[in-house]
Amino acid sequence: MTDAPFIEIEELYFSRGDYEIFRGVNMTIPRGKVTAIMGPSGSGKTTLLKLIGGQLTPDRGRVLIDGQDVHRLSRKALFSLRKRMGMLFQSGALFSDLDVFENVAFPLRVHTDLPDTMVRDLVLLKLQAVGLRGAYRLTPAELSGGMARRVALARAVALDPELILYDEPFVGQDPISMGVLVQLIKRLNQALQLTSVVVSHDIKETLSIADYLYLISDGQVIAHGTPQTLDTNQDPRVSQFIHGEPDGPVPFHYPADAFYRDILGDTMTTKAG
Amino acid sequence: MQSKFSSSSARITRLGRRGCDLIEAWGRAGVFLAQSAVSVPSREGWRLWLHQMHFVGVLSLAIVLVSGLFIGMVLALQGYTILVDFGAEQALGQMVALSLLRELAPVVAALLFAGRAGSALTAEIGLMKATEQLTSMEMIGVDPLRRVVAPRLWAGFVSLPILTIGFGVVGIWGGYLVGVEWLGVFEGSYWSNMQANVNFISDIGNGVIKSMVFAVVVTWIAVFQGYDLVPTSEGISRATTRTVVYSSLAVLGLDFVLTAVMFGGL
Ligand SMILES: Nc1ncnc2c1ncn2[C@@H]1O[C@H](COP(=O)(O)OP(=O)(O)OP(=O)(O)O)[C@@H](O)[C@H]1O
Ligand SMILES: [Mg+2]
Repeated sequence: MTDAPFIEIEELYFSRGDYEIFRGVNMTIPRGKVTAIMGPSGSGKTTLLKLIGGQLTPDRGRVLIDGQDVHRLSRKALFSLRKRMGMLFQSGALFSDLDVFENVAFPLRVHTDLPDTMVRDLVLLKLQAVGLRGAYRLTPAELSGGMARRVALARAVALDPELILYDEPFVGQDPISMGVLVQLIKRLNQALQLTSVVVSHDIKETLSIADYLYLISDGQVIAHGTPQTLDTNQDPRVSQFIHGEPDGPVPFHYPADAFYRDILGDTMTTKAG
Repeated sequence: MQSKFSSSSARITRLGRRGCDLIEAWGRAGVFLAQSAVSVPSREGWRLWLHQMHFVGVLSLAIVLVSGLFIGMVLALQGYTILVDFGAEQALGQMVALSLLRELAPVVAALLFAGRAGSALTAEIGLMKATEQLTSMEMIGVDPLRRVVAPRLWAGFVSLPILTIGFGVVGIWGGYLVGVEWLGVFEGSYWSNMQANVNFISDIGNGVIKSMVFAVVVTWIAVFQGYDLVPTSEGISRATTRTVVYSSLAVLGLDFVLTAVMFGGL
């Protein structure tokens, strides 16, 4: 195992239409650590994970995973790189035509030649870890949002990947499963030396598991450091976010014209207008 | 206020952009077909294909066969009333068989297939896209073009020609029921006239070729519309409608072209 960072993001630019989501983002994500990415809703965290996973292509800049430029790989090389990653989607994204068991077994079945009995044991082990072994015959339609996300987590770790991208793992979990998930992420990271990237709004939980934090807002990294250094960071934007204050320099609103102009003026382009 | 010049140049710009969008969409659809249909299936691929043959083919069987029966019956009824005026009702078998094999079976089966299987394919793939199932499959390192799209494409390619043959056979039988059993055309002349005048290659063969072309076009449209749609509920409903409209127009238009080439001496 080397000390080189697992993921390097260099001068990343990305926009959707005219809206620039990233303007020169730089990050290095260390190997075998838990790195958290935080930022206001709509700041592009999910987009960043999709850029790392190679589903979106940046306008400029590059993303290196273990030394490979994700967006210059051939389709085949990209797919084999993805076998080494797991991603937990914000929506869960379980396959609706397969039951819980087959969803978790899917990566094992397509990428390994393990005999059925071993697949069964592995799947039940992963489901046990997220507390849903008893639910293995349910279909995704029969799961609650929080349960679906936990099944998706079991699926994401089924192949014991080297890198896991978690998009909002704690949303929709009750305090008990939340605690279990925090422990699980931590344990996976320590036991298997996984590199983990966690995107989350839950400051307390995230601070408790993250080794390193990046704070993004307005298309840029506004601060980064260990939880301790960020906690004492003097930048008002950072302390506003870390301490969850509604008023401050970090905008809560999507960029817009001044409110009174939308209400009184004719700048708004609505269908009726 | 905008000047006349700038508004007309804006219109030209818009027209140009729509042209570019159209060409781009054709390009995407072509690349899509090449990437998904042209791949060597694994053992798992065969299993998935069989599974789709059930959904795409077997489940369309009832509607196609019932329609074939009725169309054959109507053909015999209409044909008889015309032919009997000329005392030529012995030619009924030939008339029913030729209309079915050359035109009605390939065209009507393809239209029914677009409504029954095509729209379902679009909605299914579209929903998988909207719920990020396709993206998550990609992230697991499995190409959805091979895993989801290819088995569905090939199921459509194979099942429509088979359905078309079924349509034709049942239609001829329906014509027999009405013509011979009901209206009293002599049974021997119904079959022997048909045998003497239907050419295996130029009639049956050409009908099957037509249905193969329609199978490719309809399935391609359906699956591509699902894969390329805007992933919202409105996007899914629009794409489903587009599948039925585009495939129907494509089938009818291509039918004219193919008929002109095959039977029109073009
Ligand atoms: N498919 C899309 N088409 C156009 N714009 C999009 C699309 N997806 C996201 N966006 C825009 O990109 C921006 C970033 O979205 P993203 O989903 O990455 O935010 P996020 O940081 O993950 O937010 P949240 O914390 O709420 O999940 C948003 O402003 C959104 O409007
Ligand atoms: Mg998000």
